[in-house]
Amino acid sequence: MTPTLPDARGRFGDYGGRFVPETLVPALDELESAWRAARADPAFEAELGSLLTRFAGRETPLGEARRMSAELGGCRVLLKREDLCHTGAHKVNNTLGQVLLARRMGKTRIIAETGAGQHGVATATAAALFGLPCDVYMGALDVERQALNVFRMELLGARVIPVRSGSRTLKDAMNEALRDWVTNVEHTHYIIGSVAGPHPYPAMVRDFQSVIGTEARAQVLEVAGRLPDAVVACVGGGSNAMGIFSGFIADPAVRLVGVEAAGLGLDTGKHGAALARGTPGVLHGSRSYVLQDRNGQIIEAHSISAGLDYPGVGPELAWLKDQGRVELRQATDDEALEALTWLARLEGIIPALETAHAVHAARGLARELGPGGLLIVNVSGRGDKDVETVRKALAAKAPPKKRKRAGRPAGARRSKPSARRGGRRS
Amino acid sequence: MSRIQAAFARCKAERRPALVTYVMGGDPDLGGSKALALACVAGGADLLEIGVPFSDPIADGPTIQLAAERSLRHGTTPRDCLEVVKAVRARSDVPVALMGYLNPMLAAGFEAFAGEAAAAGADAFIIPDLLPEEAGELGEIAARHGLALVFLLAPTSTPARVAAAARAATGFLYFVSVTGVTGARAELPPDLTSRVAAVRAASPVPVVIGFGVSTPEQARLLGSLADGVVVGSAIVSRGAAPGSRSARAKRVKAFVASLARALRR
Repeated sequence: MTPTLPDARGRFGDYGGRFVPETLVPALDELESAWRAARADPAFEAELGSLLTRFAGRETPLGEARRMSAELGGCRVLLKREDLCHTGAHKVNNTLGQVLLARRMGKTRIIAETGAGQHGVATATAAALFGLPCDVYMGALDVERQALNVFRMELLGARVIPVRSGSRTLKDAMNEALRDWVTNVEHTHYIIGSVAGPHPYPAMVRDFQSVIGTEARAQVLEVAGRLPDAVVACVGGGSNAMGIFSGFIADPAVRLVGVEAAGLGLDTGKHGAALARGTPGVLHGSRSYVLQDRNGQIIEAHSISAGLDYPGVGPELAWLKDQGRVELRQATDDEALEALTWLARLEGIIPALETAHAVHAARGLARELGPGGLLIVNVSGRGDKDVETVRKALAAKAPPKKRKRAGRPAGARRSKPSARRGGRRS
Repeated sequence: MSRIQAAFARCKAERRPALVTYVMGGDPDLGGSKALALACVAGGADLLEIGVPFSDPIADGPTIQLAAERSLRHGTTPRDCLEVVKAVRARSDVPVALMGYLNPMLAAGFEAFAGEAAAAGADAFIIPDLLPEEAGELGEIAARHGLALVFLLAPTSTPARVAAAARAATGFLYFVSVTGVTGARAELPPDLTSRVAAVRAASPVPVVIGFGVSTPEQARLLGSLADGVVVGSAIVSRGAAPGSRSARAKRVKAFVASLARALRR
């Protein structure tokens, strides 16, 4: 099944398009024709298919979550295990495809942006596989927060360039990658990691990720003999969501549920829910929902999960939201943390913090669907990268240990300092 | 004849390229940016660009990124930048272009903002992330308010794109001299002469060259290729260097005057 959108100008309804400096347009045109030619070329399909099988480890299983189902009142829950992909997340589906395209275009250098580092690692991996030099832009704040992934990228031979402008996070890394591309466009290919950016990226990345949905659709028909009632995926930029949704988009009876980061709560302003709380605007080359103030300045997103810590979202999801085809749900930082530990103990899977947002929403949905229900959750990545973040967050939430107060009767100083300490911990 | 046409006609009569200068609105503060814009006029600029700050300026190098950050730190809005236009218009007929990214202008309501910009005395918009093929309705709105919508061309632009931009052009065309972002550079590309000549041959409106022009010498060299030359980051960095408002303005005026002298030589 080939989705009919975007149109020739890269528009999904009013969303998408190309809002970039003129310098990049010939490169985007070249990329679009290389991608269209590759889609029609059986040799490209065969090469990518072979890489996905022999290098990335596809196809990924559609696992039965028996204890989860029982816990939630009997709704059957199936887990699409993208966490089992090489490098630990679905990101590699796209980076392998784009590196192949870069080779077809004769590009000799790869650049990428990364937030948590998952797309950076997947890009560095694909570049290493083909011996291409690779520079990854990463917000200086994220470089500090994700030291392990920085080291992984460096082990793979990539250079990680910390970005110190703006909020020093993912959006600024993307700005800097775009500036590099504007400067070095003739020999460099920019691998965008999500279904965002100027046309053709949203459609092209969706295409490379649609392998998730294609597999899941065939697998659910095989194991359950019918289509699911709902498919649940987390949404940051939206690549894993569009990847799995694309397999079911033409089946109106299948509910598509996108789960955004509610961060500290939707009403606190500290969240990453661009679809739920953003307004249409232009960021990073396309028109979509963005978190912005009333003067059109982009607002920093917040999420415990670096992969959802982005103020924009892919234009196709914006369009699907307006069509009512995608339902939106949210999970807060705390709910995601709790869902992560919950899934780990029930199913023996530590999901990525991004994925944990989808797991949280899936619990509510499974209870609503009840015993006859059938649900697929996209487990977009594994949680190894988040273990340190989770450890710190859980330690901060733990009740304060009783202090030894030698020589002083308990409660003798019920003064402000201890109350303040306690308050900070809760 | 519009102010833009008049400015280029006068330069042509004087057999010299137009000097186009850039100042970021609201940097170091609103009053300071008015003083810098007026200093450009006093120094001999033929056309002013007033920057409208955006949080995510993908076509700009570090100098203008930092200027936008400073400006946004005290909450400069697109409408605040119109105050700079008014300050210039109260004292001079030099044409003024508002240069900024699309999103803040859309958020301001493009129709309303264009009307207010025209009333303030602006003459054009330059929007680096708006391509001719995406402009559509915005071009019509600008035209309805008597404003030009200036498109940019780059060293990578194909002949077909040059032709399309020339067809859609109003006011003037802006040729980006280097493959890259704004900011000072030591060297300029070798094939610039032929590329600019090709754009001028296709264009019904004047063509200015910008990006990477930082010295009077470079301005003279590039100016000889086109109808005008734009100096941005080199002025912004002089306006941002420490000093009182009048000391900054004096420094910028002296630098702009040195550029103007170089173009008259």
